[in-house]
Amino acid sequence: MVAIEVKNLKKNYGDFTAVNDISFKINKGEIFGFLGPNGAGKTSTINMMIGLSKPTSGEIFIDSIDVNKKLKHAQSIMGIVPDESNLYNEMNGFDNLCFCGALYGMSKKDRETRANHLLEVFKLKEARSKLFKSYSKGMKRKLTIAAALMHSPSILFLDEPTTGIDVESSRQIRDMIISLKDKGTTIFLTTHYIEEAERLCDCVAFISNGKIVALGTVDELMEDVFNDNSIIFETDKNIKTYLNIIQNEFNTNKIKIINENSFVMISNQPILLIEVIKFLNDKKINVLEAKKIRPSLEDVFVKLTNDRQGDMK
Amino acid sequence: MKTWIAFWNIINKDIKNYYLKPPNISWGIIFPLSWTLMQIIKSPDTDIIKLLPGLISMSVLFGTTSMLAVTITFERSGKSFDRLLLAPISLGVLVLSKITGTILFGIFNAFVPVIFASFFINLGLINWGALFFAVIMIAITSSLMGLLVAVSVEQVFEAQTLSNFFRFPMLFLCGLFIPISNLPKFIRPISYFLPLTYGTDILNGAITKMNIISPTLSFIMLFVFTILLFVVCNYQIKKNWIL
Ligand SMILES: Nc1ncnc2c1ncn2[C@@H]1O[C@H](COP(=O)(O)OP(=O)(O)OP(=O)(O)O)[C@@H](O)[C@H]1O
Ligand SMILES: [Mg+2]
Repeated sequence: MVAIEVKNLKKNYGDFTAVNDISFKINKGEIFGFLGPNGAGKTSTINMMIGLSKPTSGEIFIDSIDVNKKLKHAQSIMGIVPDESNLYNEMNGFDNLCFCGALYGMSKKDRETRANHLLEVFKLKEARSKLFKSYSKGMKRKLTIAAALMHSPSILFLDEPTTGIDVESSRQIRDMIISLKDKGTTIFLTTHYIEEAERLCDCVAFISNGKIVALGTVDELMEDVFNDNSIIFETDKNIKTYLNIIQNEFNTNKIKIINENSFVMISNQPILLIEVIKFLNDKKINVLEAKKIRPSLEDVFVKLTNDRQGDMK
Repeated sequence: MKTWIAFWNIINKDIKNYYLKPPNISWGIIFPLSWTLMQIIKSPDTDIIKLLPGLISMSVLFGTTSMLAVTITFERSGKSFDRLLLAPISLGVLVLSKITGTILFGIFNAFVPVIFASFFINLGLINWGALFFAVIMIAITSSLMGLLVAVSVEQVFEAQTLSNFFRFPMLFLCGLFIPISNLPKFIRPISYFLPLTYGTDILNGAITKMNIISPTLSFIMLFVFTILLFVVCNYQIKKNWIL
């Protein structure tokens, strides 16, 4: 089941194109990561999807509802966490949450119950009656996320939920995102923390200068970009003198030295571990550890952007 | 039902959060009151009842326009306004809730000078029905004018400055302090393009029976202004708020 579909979306500000003809689909219950550097067009894209700005062209469907035609209907099932924590400074935490619930038509009893529940989940119970303006940055962020969850939306938009937040709060927020996914919420997440996307997302799109440069599941992306095998070896003796021999012996593409006791073998063919270990054993070198290296999304991103720069040259 | 909950809660929040904000107190309440004092001190034998229509209009006009500068411009510059645009309520209901809170503030404000005056003079001869109706209509039209300003600016101080561009000239052109018949001939037509002229005239009639336009015509004119302003505001909002 498709929860979000975006077709040929484009946004111009004057003659500057911030979002340039992007398309993607997100399945129900998935976490979709939208990654890109500052100014790539992430917020511009979200703003069009939630109805805060008008697309120059293109179509957006949220749960099969055409956002251009039935925006208010679509908005009733969306929860939105904007890039800035924008609750009301002159209200306390509890009243802020209740007000946000009221905007979605929740009854007084429902919104009070839900607000108390969310304050507990986000560990903000002590700050319940404190004014929003007195909250710390992390507390503001958490309350802003809680506010978006008041009406239990089935689709959640998170614009950089953990930017500028300490490790502990970020972890709480990530745990929250995972538990929402487990309950079936579809999540659209923008971030420039690649590691966060790798940990959370089922599917990822890289956006750069308003264009999607890569799109797919995390595994797919890694396979596409890195079809090489790389294995890291750790030994009990200095192996520097043997590296050339190993390279010739095993016909590897490349050998990278990490330090005198460890190195990485990279090959586009499967590496026969046992052979390497035997070879080293014969030279009185014991292999303490050998492990396949999984490339990180960051490697993917660096490679993609390098390739693109290569293209342009 | 759901829309009604949202509608009511927006009004409720605005009243609680903003009625006592500094710009509202200074422009909405203190300014009209100090103006009265000034008039009384300047000419101690002034009949307070003759000042009353002007004070009421002024309180409503300044009250509503200041309030809108806060409830809309202030929220927009702090981005919390986005929450309202993202809520599943139509733009019309959103604007109506913002305006209703403002109109209520204007009406409440209108009675500050009335209560003030009641300590000094007998208010028994006032036509309260007409007065109340006029106050409501002035509140509606000036709220819509305030909205037009709020739609076109980014910052609260800009809203206050831009408002003053039309608030002060309007005060002098609507026949409050200078009777329209005493204005230079070429300026007079402008007076008849101002909603406040008609509101004030009804107030004059209700309080001192010195109106110059028929009350029925004044009411019709005020309705026409309301509809006109509403249409223009709606158009401007669609153009300026959803980029
Ligand atoms: N209202 C606007 N008017 C003109 N240009 C805009 C507007 N909003 C965004 N832009 C431009 O569009 C581009 C994309 O901005 P956007 O905010 O979408 O980036 P982003 O990916 O969210 O960046 P960040 O990581 O910094 O939040 C930027 O170059 C920005 O200057
Ligand atoms: Mg952004």
